[in-house]
Amino acid sequence: MRSGAVERIAVIGGLRTPFARQLTAYRDLNPVQLGTLVTNELLTRMELDPKLIERVVFGQVLALPEAPNIAREVVLRAGLDPTTDAYSVTRACATSFQATADIAQAIRLGDIEAGLAGGADTTSVLPIRLSTRLASALLQASKAKTLPKRLAPFRALRPKDLMPRYPAVRDYTTELSMGEIGEQMAQSHGITRAQQDEFALRSHRLAHQAWETGKLDGEVMHAFVGEEHQPIHRDNNIRGDTSLEALAKLKPAFDRRHGTVTAGNSTPLTDGASALVLMKDSRARVLGYEPLGWIRSWAFAAVNPFHDALMGPSYVTPIALERAGLRLEELTLIDIHEAFASQTLANLKYWPDPKFAREQLGRKEPIGEVDWERLNVLGGSIAYGHPFAATGGRMIVQTLRELRRRGGGTALVTACAAGGLGAAMVLEVA
Amino acid sequence: MARQETAAQGESTRREALSLELRDDGIACIRIDCPGQSQNTLGRAEMDQASRLLDRLERDESVNGIIFMSGKAGTFIAGADIHMIEACKSAAEASALAGEGQAIFQRIAGFAVPVVAAIDGACLGGGLELALACHARVCTDSDQTRLGQPEVQLGLLPGGGGTQRLPRLIGLPAALDLMLTGKRLRSAQAQRLGLVDDRVPEPILLETALQWVAICQRGRIRRGGGWLQELTAWALRGNPLGRAAVLKQARKQAEARTKGNYPAPARLIECVERGLSEGIEQGLKAEAQAFGELAMTPQARQLINLYFATSAMKKDTGVADPDVEPRALRRVGVLGAGLMGAGISFVTAVRAKVPVRLKDVEPNGLASGLKYINERIDQRLRRQAISRFEAERARHRVTPTLDFSGYRGLDLVIEAVFEDLELKHRMVREVEANCNADVIFASNTSSLPLARIAQAAERPQNVIGLHYFSPVERMPLLEVIAHERTAPEVTATAMAFARAQGKTPIMVRDGAGFYVNRILAPYLNEAVHLLEEGVAIDRIDQALVRFGFPVGPFKLLDEVGIDIIAKVAPVLHEAFGERMRPVSAIERMLEADRLGKKSGRGFYRYGGKRSGKEVDQSIYRLLAVSAQQEMADAAIVERTLILMLNEAARCLDEGVIRQARDGDVGAVFGIGFPPFLGGPFRYMDSRGLDAVASTLAGFESSVGSRYAPAPVVSAMAREPRRFYPG
Repeated sequence: MRSGAVERIAVIGGLRTPFARQLTAYRDLNPVQLGTLVTNELLTRMELDPKLIERVVFGQVLALPEAPNIAREVVLRAGLDPTTDAYSVTRACATSFQATADIAQAIRLGDIEAGLAGGADTTSVLPIRLSTRLASALLQASKAKTLPKRLAPFRALRPKDLMPRYPAVRDYTTELSMGEIGEQMAQSHGITRAQQDEFALRSHRLAHQAWETGKLDGEVMHAFVGEEHQPIHRDNNIRGDTSLEALAKLKPAFDRRHGTVTAGNSTPLTDGASALVLMKDSRARVLGYEPLGWIRSWAFAAVNPFHDALMGPSYVTPIALERAGLRLEELTLIDIHEAFASQTLANLKYWPDPKFAREQLGRKEPIGEVDWERLNVLGGSIAYGHPFAATGGRMIVQTLRELRRRGGGTALVTACAAGGLGAAMVLEVA
Repeated sequence: MARQETAAQGESTRREALSLELRDDGIACIRIDCPGQSQNTLGRAEMDQASRLLDRLERDESVNGIIFMSGKAGTFIAGADIHMIEACKSAAEASALAGEGQAIFQRIAGFAVPVVAAIDGACLGGGLELALACHARVCTDSDQTRLGQPEVQLGLLPGGGGTQRLPRLIGLPAALDLMLTGKRLRSAQAQRLGLVDDRVPEPILLETALQWVAICQRGRIRRGGGWLQELTAWALRGNPLGRAAVLKQARKQAEARTKGNYPAPARLIECVERGLSEGIEQGLKAEAQAFGELAMTPQARQLINLYFATSAMKKDTGVADPDVEPRALRRVGVLGAGLMGAGISFVTAVRAKVPVRLKDVEPNGLASGLKYINERIDQRLRRQAISRFEAERARHRVTPTLDFSGYRGLDLVIEAVFEDLELKHRMVREVEANCNADVIFASNTSSLPLARIAQAAERPQNVIGLHYFSPVERMPLLEVIAHERTAPEVTATAMAFARAQGKTPIMVRDGAGFYVNRILAPYLNEAVHLLEEGVAIDRIDQALVRFGFPVGPFKLLDEVGIDIIAKVAPVLHEAFGERMRPVSAIERMLEADRLGKKSGRGFYRYGGKRSGKEVDQSIYRLLAVSAQQEMADAAIVERTLILMLNEAARCLDEGVIRQARDGDVGAVFGIGFPPFLGGPFRYMDSRGLDAVASTLAGFESSVGSRYAPAPVVSAMAREPRRFYPG
């Protein structure tokens, strides 16, 4: 999407829950509940007339089977008008980028004037499935009329078919786990353990600082969870006190013998939700909302998922920048999703590389050298954690607010996603 | 073509309540739609019409089935016309009235063609008795549908055959439970008990009723649930021993509950027993007689008075000008997530269904407030009082916050912070700073005069008092306090909102203690004086519980908390002088950190198995009292209660309450003043003001000046005059 003379799309509010490691604060909350929690609080804070929201696009990656259209459930539960249109999207780790882009696109098309985008994921409340063979046997048995016929399908079962199947963070088609991809990228591109650990340390330190200086208080709600309604406000994965020594002690998590990717330099399994309200700029002005900022362009792309599957950001960034009419060095901030330190560093390694630009991107000019002073200035997913469908919302709102603190400017937010996908957005404040 | 007629076509131009539709299929539909009323009630006119309609249908051979239904959407028949019962001058008259009703219902029961009741909405009292007389009952699954026999709550019993037909239909234990508690069943419960034969969505109610006519036409209906129900039914019917055991148990429970103050439950059980042992004819006779006698009891009279008082109060806008309209409240803020704040949030989110922004400065305070609210929502969910979705919505209506985010556009903010003027002033200023100019600021003050709180306001016209009682979700009363500058629209809004929260609000004038706490204070004080004179704590509490209070004064002190009492007492003392002088015991308990229930120790001991059941004996040592004094129940009641009455009279005289009615309802709903006495003013009327005055004068000379009769009591005793027209 290229922005020209067309009206800008304003982000007039955004919020997320604190992010919490798997099986901690949100042990009992499913994605619908998490999504409702953040949407309800966002609308209440903004004191927005729910009728203004014409459409809700929400996402979840680990879908709750009984509520596949999470967006609609959130509408009904969060006190939005029941006549609000709602549908759900999934784009792996870039899901809330997609939700946001969908609303932005609908506004740009004149389909709607305001909408809510968001995403929620939990790795704590998961549907644990039966093996395909056991499920098939049960289904056949339920259709059979006589007892012998009912029993027949079970004869072919092996003991291992009785084992439950846990959802894995693994591509369905390539059968590669995200960790394996992270490891492959470290090895292929020579990203050392030390580089990864240093990057992880930086992420934790910056995120910790962001909390300590109160920068996140306004964009992260207070949640009260569990039977005792325990208050939680800060993300519980951030380790302000971690050190290179502590990180160095961790064993490789995926390739135990030759690997460099550890639990310390990867993003952990995390639960959480985020939401933002987008509005046609002129409408926001009439209603008296001061936008957090604007969305200037966005782009999505895909790469070969069998090799370097998390290189999406390198492919999609030049498209989004081109659509925004900006060059990398003009940006005030760059926020890149940290799935693995290895993945982030591998991507950044090729941004200044003319050969990569020529051969892989088909461009004459490389993307450019990243200025570390502008990169992930508040840390990233390694520290905050990564509820798959909520991270995009976190990155957009966090970056817009940081731009405001810096007196305005433009920023790139970009993320890789499973299946070789990449998402990028250019934001501006001014 | 179906024919439409009314019971008395051409006789009168006024529309009648009952209309008859004769359908082509031979089914007669009788619809009840009382003109000019929101609910249908069975009065004299309705009974006469019904009787004539039945005459007509008995003669008509083309009729092969009858359906009773309501012509009003969402309500069937809410009961008998209570005015009609109240108008009866003698037991014989009331008995005759019941007899007439019974006769009509008997005719329905004995009708040659099937009669089916199609119920949507309230089906209570006489309405349910009518349905019971029908040969089958179908109801809607609507949330409005309620079935019950609430007569006992008015000191009466079901006088239209309910005591006879209900046990025969649903079995003795269930019938007794229903009639003795007066509870209103939802449709699902009614179906489970076998009270209705079918339960369907409203659009197919009539169709289903027609099907049941057909079922009845084909022969006898087989009722009864599982074998267990059958077995109990057999055991009770065929087995006088089993029946006697159930009845004995019911008597014992009724006795324990009424403390002998209410005659209706025992009479009710007696009628049921007569019917089961001697047949329905005898049972009906006993029922009509008991109904007549109960209708003349002072208990029933007072309960009916209270019923009328609360009904009349529902129309009270709190302001004189009839053109003042309450504002709609879309969103509400509550400051303070303590017990009161949480309770207020609960009734706002669950009953009024209005979103609440609950603010507290402490995250842990919010946590415990949310826990309190959610536990109560869970409770309602377990009781199936709300659906899973509605429970979820209710939970999300309360959003916690530590700052004023989401406060700008609120319509009403209720503060429920500590009783501290400084703090309340800060709340006023913060709300004015963080909300729009038209926000209503309501203070849940329990003793601080509202005018003093409003001093901090830039817009005092928007300041009002809402004095909730603890626990908020259970106590029905709310005192609404307008100070001199409160805008009438603000008052009307508060009154309407209180009702939406399920409260019965009374308007009280600004002043120390308002009404309820002011009349409560001398009563509680006197209980402590008695203790100091050597009367045992449990003796005093028991005497007043037997008299009809839900809890005794010491239990109440423990519940409220000694620290709260210690805060309120000086305010009252300052305002009213010597007669409200605080008792020294409170100070000593405060020093010993015996705050009542909240600290585990007060007059009673809390925690453990018999929590709150046993007096903490060490209290006597602390107060240097030996509980030796024997005092009769009557004397204990007289010494304490008379001060409450005296103070209530002062309140009316000074205009703290606007009329005796408000004072009676306030005392019953706010304190649990024995309802069968009608409230302090009804009670004074029934004792006679001269008797009240002389009792006070007697204690004044024997005990002390705090018993000096209020000027208004003396004056009314001389004239003599009553609070209510006799």
